[in-house]
Amino acid sequence: MTVPTRIKTRFTELSARERAIALLDSGTSRELIGPFERLESPHLEPQGVVPACDDGVVVARGELGGERAVVLAVEGLFQGGSIGEVSGSKIAGALELALRDAEGGKPVRPVLLLETGGIRLQEANLGLLAVAEIHAAIVALRSYVPVVCVVAGMVGCFGGMAIAAGLCTCVVMTREGRLGLNGPQVIEQEAGVAELDSDDRRLVWETIGGEQRVATGFADILVEDDVAAIYGALRNAFGAGVPAEHRSEQVGRYEARLAGIDVSEHLDGQALRARWESR
Amino acid sequence: METLSFDYPASQPVPRRAHVGVVGSGDLEVLLEPSPDEQAHVRVRTSADGFGEVWKAVLDRFFARNDLAVAVEINDSGATPGTVALRLAQAVEESRA
Amino acid sequence: MSRGRTWFEALAGTPGEDEPASVLCADGSVGGEHARFLAVVPNPSARFSRALGGELGLEEGWALARYVREVVADRGGRALVSVVDVPGQPYGYREELLGLHLALAAAVDAYATARLAGHPVVALVVGQAISGAFLAHGMQAERILALEAPGVAVQVMSKRSTARVTRRTVEELDDISREVPATAYDIASFSRLGALHRLIEGVNADEPDAEGVEAVRGALAEAISSARGDGAADLSSRLASPEARKNRGASLRVRERLTEEWDE
Repeated sequence: MTVPTRIKTRFTELSARERAIALLDSGTSRELIGPFERLESPHLEPQGVVPACDDGVVVARGELGGERAVVLAVEGLFQGGSIGEVSGSKIAGALELALRDAEGGKPVRPVLLLETGGIRLQEANLGLLAVAEIHAAIVALRSYVPVVCVVAGMVGCFGGMAIAAGLCTCVVMTREGRLGLNGPQVIEQEAGVAELDSDDRRLVWETIGGEQRVATGFADILVEDDVAAIYGALRNAFGAGVPAEHRSEQVGRYEARLAGIDVSEHLDGQALRARWESR
Repeated sequence: METLSFDYPASQPVPRRAHVGVVGSGDLEVLLEPSPDEQAHVRVRTSADGFGEVWKAVLDRFFARNDLAVAVEINDSGATPGTVALRLAQAVEESRA
Repeated sequence: MSRGRTWFEALAGTPGEDEPASVLCADGSVGGEHARFLAVVPNPSARFSRALGGELGLEEGWALARYVREVVADRGGRALVSVVDVPGQPYGYREELLGLHLALAAAVDAYATARLAGHPVVALVVGQAISGAFLAHGMQAERILALEAPGVAVQVMSKRSTARVTRRTVEELDDISREVPATAYDIASFSRLGALHRLIEGVNADEPDAEGVEAVRGALAEAISSARGDGAADLSSRLASPEARKNRGASLRVRERLTEEWDE
């Protein structure tokens, strides 16, 4: 890891490229389909949208804790980190190659850095198809090696990629991170401000923020917004290995949890933590 | 979206290519590579239409100070002239790093 | 009655009486193959009120996962048929608090697991197939079939909402959909992306007659048999189609480049 330990570096201040490089062992990172290949989305310019040379996803191979790894980093600042044909295929394709290697006895540690609002509307069904392929690859791959994702903020992780996070072996979150299916603004737009006031930051973070998600079991590790802390969490996640049952396989547990909810009562984040903490 | 092109006479090479920036709101990315001829070639794709003169002013100034035979590609999402100048300078610095 | 229920009953008969009432499950057969049929339908007395209209919400996601996992556990090699007519996922505070993203992941997981375990998984789109709901119920199928009929559509978001979010008019979106078929709302445009195994024409989607139902049964039987014979329990057939080569070229190019550059 390249960062000198005496300097704390806020992970969320780094670009996707910088994040990927920072999390791989020092000197081992190598970007695939880098900026100069100019493999950009073919669909944006025809719609009058300025493309990015890497379509907002960085694929970096290298080592993590001395083991072969691949980091897939979504650039949240480009089109909200949305998944289009090229960006989605970079993620799906890399996971498929990691799977091929794993099936051949040479597993690669996959890390997903998710800063994404979900599917890119300007590419619609191409994004949808890519996300389904990402889902398929995660389920196949995680029986060989943990699939670990990091949701650090400031964009958070929503939409089809939140489903991807739900499939992951281990979800690492900072307090600033948010993980949910529909974003707060979309909920307010569709269901009204009484359903959710997206401007109420405390409410939003108490519902879908990192601390809440870890406390209620939807995420695994809460970390400081710091490169070294996240690197450490990744090493721990891979060290723990593949679990007997992934979170998204625990049907009995979650059906029981939902059945225990009294839908006539208002439920808030604190109350849910208290209810689920020891279950 | 607008696409703009600019060319300048230039003679100095750069040791390596460079990429800086992100196509985020108020920002831009710059890809900078050695030019195939004794000219600087710049292509700009920008989300903000109607600022051709402003781009020309920024780039004229940059290449007046930097005699570099480079091929530059800019993908811009509404950056200010100051930010554009900064990213260009960063790209040059990185090409010499 | 929703199209999902109409087609479920036409193909599989009366569903079981389990909870939640929004998820229909019945075991039947098609073309000599045993299959479990699944559909998500409106339930006016749903516990979580933002999922009354047939949305795929908390209870629906986990219930689908349960029904699919039963099939995997009994090791009978049964096929799974998802009858798809879902308007999307519910927009709700409680849904997010209680992990809607995970409920959908549970369904994705179960279907993918079944497919990987050798069960043919087939999806039949008879109405809407929207976004997260379709990802959870249908998109992990090895074979996707759809009726060629008005109201059959695969979308990421409603046109109205898309217009608002992307700050365009609906007319502009229609113009764009002619340039970028992936953004179009009709099922014929979706079929041009190469992920559809069969577009079934000439069937009345709302009130199918016996002939229409038989045509669909036949198509399902062929799809199941095709999935069984495939060998690959993954989604790779989507990218192998001629339409994909034409209209998902960038998806293929990315994979080519990644493969070339993967090892140093």
